[in-house]
Amino acid sequence: MTVEASPGTTSPEFTTSLLYLDGVTVSFDGFKALNALSFVIDRGELRCIIGPNGAGKTTMMDVVTGKTRPDEGQVTFNGKFDLTRLDEAAIANLGIGRKFQKPTVFENLSVFANLELARKTVRGITRTLLAKLDTGARDEIAAMTRRIGLAGREEILAGALSHGQKQWLEIGMLLIQDAQLLLLDEPVAGMTDRETEATADLVRSLAGEHTVVVVEHDMEFVRSLASRVTVLHEGSVLADGSIDFVQNHQAVIDVYLGR
Amino acid sequence: MGSLLDRRGWIGFLATGLVLIVVVPLLNTLPADSPAHLADYLVPLFGKYACYALLALSLDLVWGYAGILSLGHGAFFALGGYAMGMYLMRQVGTRGVYQNPILPDFMVFLNWKELPWYWYGFDHFAFAALMIVLVPGILAFVFGWLAFRSRVTGVYLSIITQALTYALWLAFFRNDMGFGGNNGMTDFKDLLGMPLQSGAMHRGLYIASVVAMGLGFLVCRYIVTSKLGRLLLAVRDAQSRVRFLGYSVAHAQVFVFTISAVLAGIAGALYVPQVGIINPSEFSPANSIEIAIWVAVGGRGTLVGALVGAVIINYAKTYLTGAVPEAWLYFLGAIFILVTLVFPNGIVGLVNRWRGPRRAPPAAPRGLLDEKVAP
Amino acid sequence: MVCRLRLFLLAFLPLLLAVHGGFAATDDAKLASLVAQLGADDFDQKVAAVGELAAIPDPRVVAVLKALEDGNLYVTKDKKVVLAAQDGDNFATSDPVTGAKIGTATSDDIDQIIVNNRVRTVIDAALGTLNLFSPDRDARLAAALDLIKNPSPTAGPALVKALAAEQDAAIRQDMTLALAEARLNAPDKKVQLAAIAELSGSMDPAVFNILSALHDSTGLDPDVKKADENALAAISQRLQLVRIGMTLFEGLSLGSILLLAAIGLSITFGVMGVINMAHGEMIMLGAYSTYVVQQLFVGYLPADWLDAYLIVSLPVAFVVTAAVGIALERSVIRFLYTRPLETLLATWGVSLILQQFVRTIFGSPNKAVDNPSYMTGGFDLIGGAFITWNRLVILVFCFIVLGVLGLILKRTSFGLHMRAVTQNRDMAAAMGIPTARIDALTFGLGSGIAGIAGVALSQIGNVSPNLGTIYIVDSFMVVVFGGVGSLFGTLAGAMSLGIVNKLLEPVAGAVLGKVVVLIAIILFIQRRPRGLFALRGRAAEN
Repeated sequence: MTVEASPGTTSPEFTTSLLYLDGVTVSFDGFKALNALSFVIDRGELRCIIGPNGAGKTTMMDVVTGKTRPDEGQVTFNGKFDLTRLDEAAIANLGIGRKFQKPTVFENLSVFANLELARKTVRGITRTLLAKLDTGARDEIAAMTRRIGLAGREEILAGALSHGQKQWLEIGMLLIQDAQLLLLDEPVAGMTDRETEATADLVRSLAGEHTVVVVEHDMEFVRSLASRVTVLHEGSVLADGSIDFVQNHQAVIDVYLGR
Repeated sequence: MGSLLDRRGWIGFLATGLVLIVVVPLLNTLPADSPAHLADYLVPLFGKYACYALLALSLDLVWGYAGILSLGHGAFFALGGYAMGMYLMRQVGTRGVYQNPILPDFMVFLNWKELPWYWYGFDHFAFAALMIVLVPGILAFVFGWLAFRSRVTGVYLSIITQALTYALWLAFFRNDMGFGGNNGMTDFKDLLGMPLQSGAMHRGLYIASVVAMGLGFLVCRYIVTSKLGRLLLAVRDAQSRVRFLGYSVAHAQVFVFTISAVLAGIAGALYVPQVGIINPSEFSPANSIEIAIWVAVGGRGTLVGALVGAVIINYAKTYLTGAVPEAWLYFLGAIFILVTLVFPNGIVGLVNRWRGPRRAPPAAPRGLLDEKVAP
Repeated sequence: MVCRLRLFLLAFLPLLLAVHGGFAATDDAKLASLVAQLGADDFDQKVAAVGELAAIPDPRVVAVLKALEDGNLYVTKDKKVVLAAQDGDNFATSDPVTGAKIGTATSDDIDQIIVNNRVRTVIDAALGTLNLFSPDRDARLAAALDLIKNPSPTAGPALVKALAAEQDAAIRQDMTLALAEARLNAPDKKVQLAAIAELSGSMDPAVFNILSALHDSTGLDPDVKKADENALAAISQRLQLVRIGMTLFEGLSLGSILLLAAIGLSITFGVMGVINMAHGEMIMLGAYSTYVVQQLFVGYLPADWLDAYLIVSLPVAFVVTAAVGIALERSVIRFLYTRPLETLLATWGVSLILQQFVRTIFGSPNKAVDNPSYMTGGFDLIGGAFITWNRLVILVFCFIVLGVLGLILKRTSFGLHMRAVTQNRDMAAAMGIPTARIDALTFGLGSGIAGIAGVALSQIGNVSPNLGTIYIVDSFMVVVFGGVGSLFGTLAGAMSLGIVNKLLEPVAGAVLGKVVVLIAIILFIQRRPRGLFALRGRAAEN
């Protein structure tokens, strides 16, 4: 999967689009959380998705990661995988990683064990039972703890980390999982300004190597990422373009920013 | 992390094993008038405790580590027991009341003409031993596969495991099931050609039970210290997160549930020759819930806790039901309430607190089983 | 329509009265001579006299025949038949027909009229026929029903007469059937066919038996046999429907019991998410409350008030169990809201203690709670389908409880608060709803309903300390099957489980049927983990 991620393969749709949502509709008891939502995420792209509460941001992530099955529509990954037919684990193994809105790490396991579980390996039960950590794996985990600023805290229970550190650990888990597509749901919620800055640096450094989709409310953070922005409203795309473009878009101002 | 036991752990394990396997039988073989003599009736009693401890271990593996509170483990225990009981019945041969070489007494009594097909092979110990492992294992595998694949967890799973043992309970009461109905199976004569009612056999069964308990401990210990063990804790605390990492939660749950059921079945098989009877009451839902309280009292999520809890509660049961029978249910009920309200980490938790935070225990049961992952 | 019918009846009233008037105006002379004939020495004569008397629809005849059967008819030296009653050493004699006193006689003066078995049989038949004319409705009905069960060809003429006089529609129907049966063996083929046609409309198993007896008899006309076969097929089809209907009723009855046992659980588990393993013991406490109330009525109140104990038991049981429930919630469960599995264990402990507590106070043996008179017995609905009052009352009662509960949830501010706390505890608290009090009251409500279920259960079985354990697994199955958090789901779950159980019972036997149902539910939960009527959407997934 890492091989496929590198740009330069022959077919144009393989090279450009990694994730393609086409007319995705999800309704809960008549309420349409997603309404014929369509957009494309390109390979190596960093994309921000914003929108008011209830715009369907989280439901969109649920659909992509297999938590929610859409009533209608297609979700295509890498040009060939229909994600609407796969379960969460299979989708994760295709190379899609997700960070939840509320940081979700295994609080009763150490930072090291969290990363060990996330690290890309064969996921079978017997392999997991018999798994032994070799030096390469230990080095990989150590490198990741340094990258997410948790070096020296490997043996601390993840539950004892601060809110921001949990966010980073969770991002670290996605990275060591070697996800091709990272879905980050509000990665800086509850972070201090300095932590937010550090996170922005981390996320920017991921683009190119990984494809990153960020759902965020914090407009400063979105601006600092300097990426293309998609605005969702009532389950479909309202506007799409640079941060300056959408911030001056009249419809966006009406439903979201202007208030 | 990852090693089966550390040095101190091995020393403790082997020392305990030595005392239980060597010293207890030796004390029993001392002359009866010796002050250190261990009374004969205590040997099967201790053996029974060892079986209960293994049973508690099996429940702790699924409950303490994987968050699956099975209220049907008594069923796996009973199935292992019935498999052993069937072998023991066939061993009776012509020494039964009706002296039928093939049919057990209860079948003759119920006018059965021939042995039902599912009794074939139980005259061989090896076959019976295989069934002791396979029957609970396969039931757990099928049941677990159905339940966990559909993501039935938490209290729902507890309720349907209870329904499972309840259904078996009702079924085994029926005479036409061919398992002795209400009365079950009893009046066993010998095991592997040696009479059951002898001091040597009692000691042998006791030692076998302790060895099984020790091996069960090591198996569980191997699982919980492996990467799979950490995966199970992750499943327990944040199931959907595990899925988004690409692991199959259901596979992990089915695996541990099946292993656990096999351990419970072995415990049941060793239990039956020592108490001399197996009947449908072993399937009663109340029995299965009681196992949970042994584990909780000892401290769930710690294997030693399960062993300690099983022995302490069962000793209390032996004592109280003999001395003040009407007090036993009050006591048990109060224990259920106290251990959930006041001592959620059980005895091991208390000891750890008393010893100070030397090592962080792997379990932190508060908020243990309510999965709050999704936004 | 009704009005016309009434006019019609009014028009016939004089005629009906006339017929009844004719009832009294019997030929007294003939009556006297027949009574005198009873005193004959020859049994043939007696039998003949009884036979003729049987055709006279007069209450005095009934009295005479009864006296004869009871051995109170005597014959004097001058061959007069008198009614004699022992009075000291002597007998007081009177005229059997008019009842006029004659005088006294010694045992030498009169001889008892001997009745042998042959005469007795004829008397019984005559009395049966004569009861068709009794002024007592029940006696007429009983006579008609008896004639359906034991048809007698000789009853034909009497039945024709009785039918002409009868105005009660139900009795007319039975008399018509009895008449048709009486004519089944008539020599005239047309009469036979008409009788069979009449009977083929029946639903009575007795009619079915009689028609099949006819079918088995030899020398039957082929046409009659054919008609008989058709009639049998028609009746057995109808009886089959009755059997299905009866199974459905039994299923609904079982379902109503399951529903009562499960409604409270549907609140504590469905609405609050609390697994209350002591729920069964709340039912048990409700049943014991009923027992205690009944004992108090027996001990301290006048006997004719006894029937009211059941009404009094309802509020008593509700209050007792609701109080226990609230105490349980405040002392144990509220500390465990985030730990559902531990709630399960703690409440199991509570259930053990409550069982042992009741055992300590009342002892282990079962206690019997007697049904009040209005719940004793039952009625024959149709075609041998017997409906007992207690089951019918419980069926109706469970719907009342469900309805009242639905109103409480939907229409009261308590219900509103309860639903608010269920959906979003923090938000409800922020809006000033006292969540802790709502929790306690909700739990009290659920427990109180369990107590009321206990009152109902005490009416269909014995009361014992482990009454609750019998129902706990089933109650959970109902709630889980129906869908947690939905009262309608609980209703559907209870009724469908009840009916399926009863449908399986004749096929698989009671125990195996239950096992099959349990396994089916286990499999069902795998397919729909949230039950039949599950909440859907984002809210349900968290």
